[in-house]
Amino acid sequence: MQNHKLTLQIEVIGKFFPLLLLPVWFLIYFNLKWLTDVLVFDVFNMLVGTHLTETIWFFIFEVPKVLLLLTLIIFVVGIIRTWFSPERTRKALEGKSLFTGNVLASLLGIVTPFCSCSAIPLFLGFIESGIPLGVTFSFLIAAPMINEVAIVLLFGLFGWKTALIYVVTGLFIAITAGWIIGRLHLEKWVEDWVYKLKPGNQLEEEKLTFQDRTNRGFEAVKEIVGKVWIYVVIGIAVGAGVHGYVPHDFMASFMGKSAWYSVPLSVLIGIPLYSNAAGIIPIVSALIEKGAALGTALAFMMAVIGLSLPEMIILRKVLKLPLIFTFIGVVGTGILIVGYLFNFIF
Amino acid sequence: MIIKILGTGCSNCKNLEKAAAMAVAELKLDAIVIKEEDITKIMSYGIMRTPAMVVDEKVLFYGRVPSVAEIKLMLTKS
Repeated sequence: MQNHKLTLQIEVIGKFFPLLLLPVWFLIYFNLKWLTDVLVFDVFNMLVGTHLTETIWFFIFEVPKVLLLLTLIIFVVGIIRTWFSPERTRKALEGKSLFTGNVLASLLGIVTPFCSCSAIPLFLGFIESGIPLGVTFSFLIAAPMINEVAIVLLFGLFGWKTALIYVVTGLFIAITAGWIIGRLHLEKWVEDWVYKLKPGNQLEEEKLTFQDRTNRGFEAVKEIVGKVWIYVVIGIAVGAGVHGYVPHDFMASFMGKSAWYSVPLSVLIGIPLYSNAAGIIPIVSALIEKGAALGTALAFMMAVIGLSLPEMIILRKVLKLPLIFTFIGVVGTGILIVGYLFNFIF
Repeated sequence: MIIKILGTGCSNCKNLEKAAAMAVAELKLDAIVIKEEDITKIMSYGIMRTPAMVVDEKVLFYGRVPSVAEIKLMLTKS
């Protein structure tokens, strides 16, 4: 009996464990500046104002901050996503007219769980159920480009305004690029076997308890944070180096506003460069500090995150080369416009 | 019992294959684990997210890699 009671207690604690962690999270997050000061100036006894101190301080402060934000947001998003399966998204998109479909697909692209390794089954699943090619593309553009990792990093390192700008312009690109691809009627450049595929039997929705959903949130944290933490550390380490050692306004000459070629150059460099949001955003944030223009930096980030070479290679299985180039061309042009627009406004 | 792991060779598919093999061994099930990498066959099960696990032609779950303990639980239930 005693034993039974004990296991029951452990079970209850296990259930509410994540909630117990929440106050600890807030305690650390809101005292991080103070903790970093103590560590750098009292424990390490470093001098105020040197390059090395600046670099170390930046690194010790930013790494836990970003990782804490990532853990909390991915946990919450992981739970929210249990309500937005691709199956549901597909159902929501069926029979929508072109423009409405593009808008909806881009919005759902943000919240639907997506990993580039699932791009093919997802593409096929959408096409099978008659969702137009252009609408499918809106989804395929929005899903990788606007994700919770990118949003968290932008929020943590740039503030909420830049995060919002990124989301809104990303949506704009996904909607218009998908709409244009739809209007061009490029179905002929989809591999022939795709349209011959027999639709599989539709699966029923999983029934999940709230406990299941929080478990999925934990799984998401383990999987995503487990994968990106190393990029966060490396990205912030490079960013910290730039922050501490690169002279002010150093970037202004070639990534600044006055250099007109900087936007297309950033996009061209960004496409083959393979990194995820976690690795690239800390570096870009340091570049902006050193005089790079916001529009140029935004274009660079979008090209790196939204147009990745590995994803193109995966998509080559279902798309013929001309369509892949059209895809890169249309999205790349969208990114260029965004880049110039923001350099012009700010 | 025939257990199929559906996936096109991403790292999660390999993780699931390992987890499934462990679950089968720990439960001492009379089952074989095979990988299905052919995309047209994968699509015929109606899934849109890989990896997925199919037991005797029935989809058990898809789009995630559960823990070995959870796989064991699902296998005993099915």
